[in-house]
Amino acid sequence: MTFWERIYFPAILNGMRITFGHLFRRKTTVQYPEVKREFSDIYRGKHVLKRDDEGRERCTACGLCAVACPAEAITMVAAERKPGEEHLYREEKYATVYEINMLRCIFCGDCEEACPKEAIFLTKEIVKSEYERGKFIYGKAELVEPSDPARRIDISKRQTPEVLAFKKNKKFKHNK
Amino acid sequence: MLASFILVLSLLVAMYSTLIERKVAGWFQDRHGPNRAGPWGLLQPLADGAKLFFKEEFMPLSADKFLYILGPSLTMFIALLTSAAIPWGPDLIINGAAYPLQVADVNIGILYVFAILSIGVYGIMIGGWASNNKYALLGAVRASSQMISYELAMSLSIITIVMMTGSLSMREIVAQQQGFNWNIIYQPLGFLIFLICAFAETNRAPFDLPECETELVGGYHTEYSSMKLGFYLFAEYINMFISGAVMATLFLGGYHFPGLDKLGLSPNVFAFVSFMVLFTKITLFGFIYMWIRWTLPRFRYDQLMKLGWKSLIPLAILNVVVTGVVILLNQ
Repeated sequence: MTFWERIYFPAILNGMRITFGHLFRRKTTVQYPEVKREFSDIYRGKHVLKRDDEGRERCTACGLCAVACPAEAITMVAAERKPGEEHLYREEKYATVYEINMLRCIFCGDCEEACPKEAIFLTKEIVKSEYERGKFIYGKAELVEPSDPARRIDISKRQTPEVLAFKKNKKFKHNK
Repeated sequence: MLASFILVLSLLVAMYSTLIERKVAGWFQDRHGPNRAGPWGLLQPLADGAKLFFKEEFMPLSADKFLYILGPSLTMFIALLTSAAIPWGPDLIINGAAYPLQVADVNIGILYVFAILSIGVYGIMIGGWASNNKYALLGAVRASSQMISYELAMSLSIITIVMMTGSLSMREIVAQQQGFNWNIIYQPLGFLIFLICAFAETNRAPFDLPECETELVGGYHTEYSSMKLGFYLFAEYINMFISGAVMATLFLGGYHFPGLDKLGLSPNVFAFVSFMVLFTKITLFGFIYMWIRWTLPRFRYDQLMKLGWKSLIPLAILNVVVTGVVILLNQ
């Protein structure tokens, strides 16, 4: 080491110059309650179970989402549609129980990709924190979107033409 | 009256130093720092204080009860004592009588300050020892050896000031630095040595080995909680404030500022402005303390000892000799 390196002072002053420069940098903090971080339109957050245009549940309880789920977070119980329930369920079979364990879910979006009925989508909403583990098991009450047309959840950003084209492609195993 | 004012001032400054430290730390790391309690986080120190008071008062079973309580009390007491000898400004004139802005104008002011500073190590030593914890003891041992080592170089760098002014009175030293006749111009090396030693004496980074979280959990205050811990942390900030005041007094001309005495201000306004000048200088030192803390990593223990004994003390002695020769030649 040279004399100047050995007495450290030039190095210390240089370090102080660098830290001083940081004083005037733009702060990277997002001031949370006032400012919310912009989410991408195709953010993969909380799931929604879609209804069709007439307000009927699209899900037919085929179980492909549960099979596709790498975290095994999805369970469901299927039931047959009774006469007179046509305005509630689109297909002849529907899910009486549909549960996603949000603590297991890794928000990969495979369920959405596997779904042949365009019934499950991931949304920009994030899963809320809870005080008890049990509350993270979301049932149909939390997942199915409201039937009121004004409060329907828009998933058109995730359902792009490319996605639809991809889903029609029968050469992929999970689209069969 | 003045004494209680300075006591309250030191406590207030220490309180807000904790906030400023966290703010400055944030800015250095491209963050905002605390800004939720009150506007700009101004109520944060109160919230911290309230939190410390309501924390559980824990005392280890094997601790020596008397010494365990004596430790933080002594640290706080000594930290507050030093400010007595510092001249805070020129005389106030009230009803024709002059009131010096100094609690005690002892003619051996420097000796007093250094005597008190040396006792400061007892608070840490006693606290660390009484906790009956190996980390606390190690921290305390480190603190005492560090403070003793750096006190030598510190005193030696002050001797040059005493040689130049020919007085041990803080007031006299400030008076001789009137205008821009500051000691730092004549003693840059002495100032540098004093600054480094002040970092070591106040246990601030990069010399914060006594509390060194990475090795010693919390160092000497590992076993302390609640307001006893608060006292230790508080005392560190008071020490920063006081050492800034000592440095400003000895090297940066105290409450003097070039051209200020030629403005023709009335005595009391002049005293107030002078006090603010001194306060600004102290704030500057406070900022340098924080700046260094968030720039430099901690020294290793052997590096610390090597720097103290093999670099600073020889340099300080050399400085004394050179100053002596120059003074002799100028006579």
